[in-house]
Amino acid sequence: MKTLRGKEKTIFQMGGEGKRGMDLPKPEGLAPIAISGPCMRSTTPDLPDLSEIEVVRHFTRLSKLNYGVDDGFYPLGSCTMKHNPKINELIASLDGFKWSHPMLPYGMVQGTLKAMKMLEDALNEITGMDGCSLQPAAGAHGELTGVMMIRACLEKRGNPRQFILIPDSAHGTNPASSAFSGYEVKEVASDETGCVDLAKLEEVLDENVAGMMLTNPNTLGIFEKNIQKIADMLHEKGALLYMDGANMNAMMGKARPGELGVDVMHLNLHKTFSTPHGGGGPGAGPVCFLKHMAPFQPAPVVDGEGGYHKLDWNRPDSIGKVHGFYGNFLVALKALAYILSLGGKGLEQSTEDAVLAANYIRASLKDNFHVPFDIPTLHEVVFNDKKQAEFGISTLDIAKRLIDYGIHPPTIYFPLIVHGALMVEPTESESKEEMDYFIEIMKKVAKEASISPELLHDAPHDTPVRRLDETKAARNLVLRYGGGDE
Amino acid sequence: MSRFFPLSDNDRREMLRKIGADKIESLFSSIPESGQFKGTLNIPSYSEQELLDLFRNLADSNTPTQSFAGAGVYAHYIPASVDSLASREEFLTAYTPYQPEISQGTLQAIFEYQTCMCALTGMEVSNASMYDGATAFAEAILMAKRVGKKKNTVLISDAIHPHYRKVAQSYLENLGIRIKAIPTLNHKVDIETLSAELENEDVFAVAVGYPNFFGIVEPLDEIALTVREKAPKALLVSVTTEPLAFGMLTPPGEFGVDIACGEAQSFGNYPGFGGPLLGFLTTRQKLVRNMPGRVVGQTTDVDGKIGYVLTLSAREQHIRREKATSNICSNQGWCMLRAVIYLALLGKAGLRELAELNHRRAETAKKAISRSTHFEVVPGMSFNEFVVRSDTDLEDFVEHSVVNGMFPGVRLSKFGLAPDEMLITVTEMNTVEDIHRLVELMEAVK
Amino acid sequence: MVLEDFYYTKEHEWVQVDGETGTIGITDHAQKQLGDIVFVEVPEVDTELEKGDEAASIESVKAVADVFSPVSGTVTAVNEALEDEPEMVNKEAQGAGWLFRLRLSNKSELNDLMNAAAYAKYLEEEEG
Repeated sequence: MKTLRGKEKTIFQMGGEGKRGMDLPKPEGLAPIAISGPCMRSTTPDLPDLSEIEVVRHFTRLSKLNYGVDDGFYPLGSCTMKHNPKINELIASLDGFKWSHPMLPYGMVQGTLKAMKMLEDALNEITGMDGCSLQPAAGAHGELTGVMMIRACLEKRGNPRQFILIPDSAHGTNPASSAFSGYEVKEVASDETGCVDLAKLEEVLDENVAGMMLTNPNTLGIFEKNIQKIADMLHEKGALLYMDGANMNAMMGKARPGELGVDVMHLNLHKTFSTPHGGGGPGAGPVCFLKHMAPFQPAPVVDGEGGYHKLDWNRPDSIGKVHGFYGNFLVALKALAYILSLGGKGLEQSTEDAVLAANYIRASLKDNFHVPFDIPTLHEVVFNDKKQAEFGISTLDIAKRLIDYGIHPPTIYFPLIVHGALMVEPTESESKEEMDYFIEIMKKVAKEASISPELLHDAPHDTPVRRLDETKAARNLVLRYGGGDE
Repeated sequence: MSRFFPLSDNDRREMLRKIGADKIESLFSSIPESGQFKGTLNIPSYSEQELLDLFRNLADSNTPTQSFAGAGVYAHYIPASVDSLASREEFLTAYTPYQPEISQGTLQAIFEYQTCMCALTGMEVSNASMYDGATAFAEAILMAKRVGKKKNTVLISDAIHPHYRKVAQSYLENLGIRIKAIPTLNHKVDIETLSAELENEDVFAVAVGYPNFFGIVEPLDEIALTVREKAPKALLVSVTTEPLAFGMLTPPGEFGVDIACGEAQSFGNYPGFGGPLLGFLTTRQKLVRNMPGRVVGQTTDVDGKIGYVLTLSAREQHIRREKATSNICSNQGWCMLRAVIYLALLGKAGLRELAELNHRRAETAKKAISRSTHFEVVPGMSFNEFVVRSDTDLEDFVEHSVVNGMFPGVRLSKFGLAPDEMLITVTEMNTVEDIHRLVELMEAVK
Repeated sequence: MVLEDFYYTKEHEWVQVDGETGTIGITDHAQKQLGDIVFVEVPEVDTELEKGDEAASIESVKAVADVFSPVSGTVTAVNEALEDEPEMVNKEAQGAGWLFRLRLSNKSELNDLMNAAAYAKYLEEEEG
């Protein structure tokens, strides 16, 4: 994790006037500049001036300050950091795809449109849904799209209603997506098994409820055993069920949301379907839905009738557009490549291995770390710092100490309903050797917590920077080079 | 068994033993019987070699063409260094930088991107990027609404990209925000109408394109003046789909724009059928706490060493939940990385030269087309795209050109606009010879 | 630390009354819950506030808390020092870290608030 120098200046502190890292065709035989007046720029934007090798070295060095899935174990719960196959990158960089322009006539982009249709069909098969839109650019964007569809559907029935119900274990994006769709949020408490409390649901469920956003398996890794009952209760009141499919990797080939009463859901292609996270994006968050929701999906819709593919813009009941064009196509390609590499049986195997791995880690560490919800979980396991707290050690300290051993920390302090949560998701991509190393290190850290807690308090020791002052960052905002009192 | 799975059958047996389960199925016993899927998913599998063949065939069934397409997505040359550096796994396969000690590469790249975007737009702060220009635009209006508090009307110029306006409508209508369209006059904001609409005290923001959808450089100085005079509290939002224009155009910040947003795909990202793209959003320091999206700040570590962290995160969805500034929980990390590498390569001189090259090639095309028989160039100061009007059937013309290996431009009827108009975009990828071929095709029209 | 002469709300705001003027802030307990405060947004002078209106917001590294006006009135002054020194709320929540002042429009609303003893008891119950 160390570069030769361990730190790197910003590009603005390097290079010098007159240098350049890119050359251009000569402007020969061209008409003169025809911009004048107050709109003609008189100042030069302060970009850096560097030669190509300086740029190459700078970003290579920066890359070495990072840690990726290819570097080692990355058990970020809920984020599904699985292997990102290299062939997917090659496929997404084929000239025919990467240069295809969204405004070309349909006849010129048949390959692109067909690939989109193939992915939609595959996702429908996996989820048991009837239709799919690839337009949302990320998971949270898919949520927003799905809730907008619920609103449009209920509006069509005469009343969009007022509330969306969300379990207290949900991702923070669920309430935010509901609010951005014009709904108020009502929280539903979990019961002692970590699932939605049906009695509590009964209490808040009435004709003002538009729908419920349910993460399944939920953020504790627990399958919502009453999901069918929940769907019935909602439907009886004329409300709809949205499923946050961020954890779909735990149920491929085992259960299909379309057969569980779910009306609309999203998938995260960058989680379940192996597309790289890219340090924060681009992701893709397709929505899948039952037939009755199809009229409300974003426009346009890929239509492959008779083998000729086109985009259908004539969608009078659609929520409209949620993306400038048709979603993150190059990301969709990578997901399709992953799905077709595995096939139906392979996808089910990926789910089985992911669940096996999480349960193996749980069984191996349950004596060393407290498991707050001691009931069967699927693809992830949530521990907390209860056992270590008596030595003054917190979840943050444990996470930072893991870095010293070359392991990316698990997700910490989420879900919120678990105090000091450490959420481990190994995925199907980890070998037993890698997991055994993690287990060994976790045990070692638990021991260190009791005998030399300062090792954890001061961690990480060996990184390019150590613990950073977040209060200072937020009080004295320096958001660009030269902006603020450095 | 698939090459993606590192567990051997022996490993699986040992792991089950440790768990105390007799078979893998028992790990799924929490799924109620009635909800279990008993079949096998009907999806075929391919070896890597077969897979590549399959996708090559698909890619090859797209028609390669010489193209003058733009309208929000631009084909620019991308130096080999961008692909090479961005494909480094440490960038590509990392998560959002939640653990700053082992994410300084991503964090510093974002900090440098934020700095570059501020320099280009003349604004004080930039977020770490958003999904695309259209959603950045919608988020910009929501941001202005937060600043404008109880005011509820936004004036949106009809000369903004139609897709952007559609996305904004999807975002705003559920929240009860009133959109009032400002019509165009000669493909520009009709300032008189704008001025009249600003009499309405309910207006919290005015949004205009710069350059606008028709490629025209709006007189942002005049617009800003009008807004300041009539509605000093309303925010002025500028939207740009082709930020390479900032190599030549006075940046929005210098005209007192409050939020400058748009699409930065032009910087080192492929058209990719319109995604992934790179939304940018920049603003003034005093509005930073209303800004949506991720942002990176500089700080120091326990040893006093400079480092970077995600900051202002208390505004975000994972903490503020339904009261967050946005539901977004990521940025467009890898696209942003490509952009900052590209801008670092381009540098000050390169930016200006590339902007001028685009502009002058477009001017060359305008001149040549204006001499043709059936096409005229719609007047107006433009950067690298412009509208032409024709007395011939444009659908036929496009079809005929495509048969001859050339996509001549985007018909505006595709957006429900004038059927006799077409938007032509010229970048450094279109040579003077290409331009001559385009004009020949125009002259060949009967 | 619960000071006398202050009125308190269940949302952990306080009002100190001097004639027709009320000074408003958040309690010491509240600042501890928030942690390091990095930004304070105060209302504009002359804003008319109803009891319960969102009047200010306080941002720490880990949370943003909305401050609701405990009483109705017109804002007559705001604590401008907080712009540069938001940490003052951490240091002296019930002193130099005050947020804004109101000309009270309905003093009877004070009857709905807790006195020091009641607030101290409320805290005990909340923590217990």
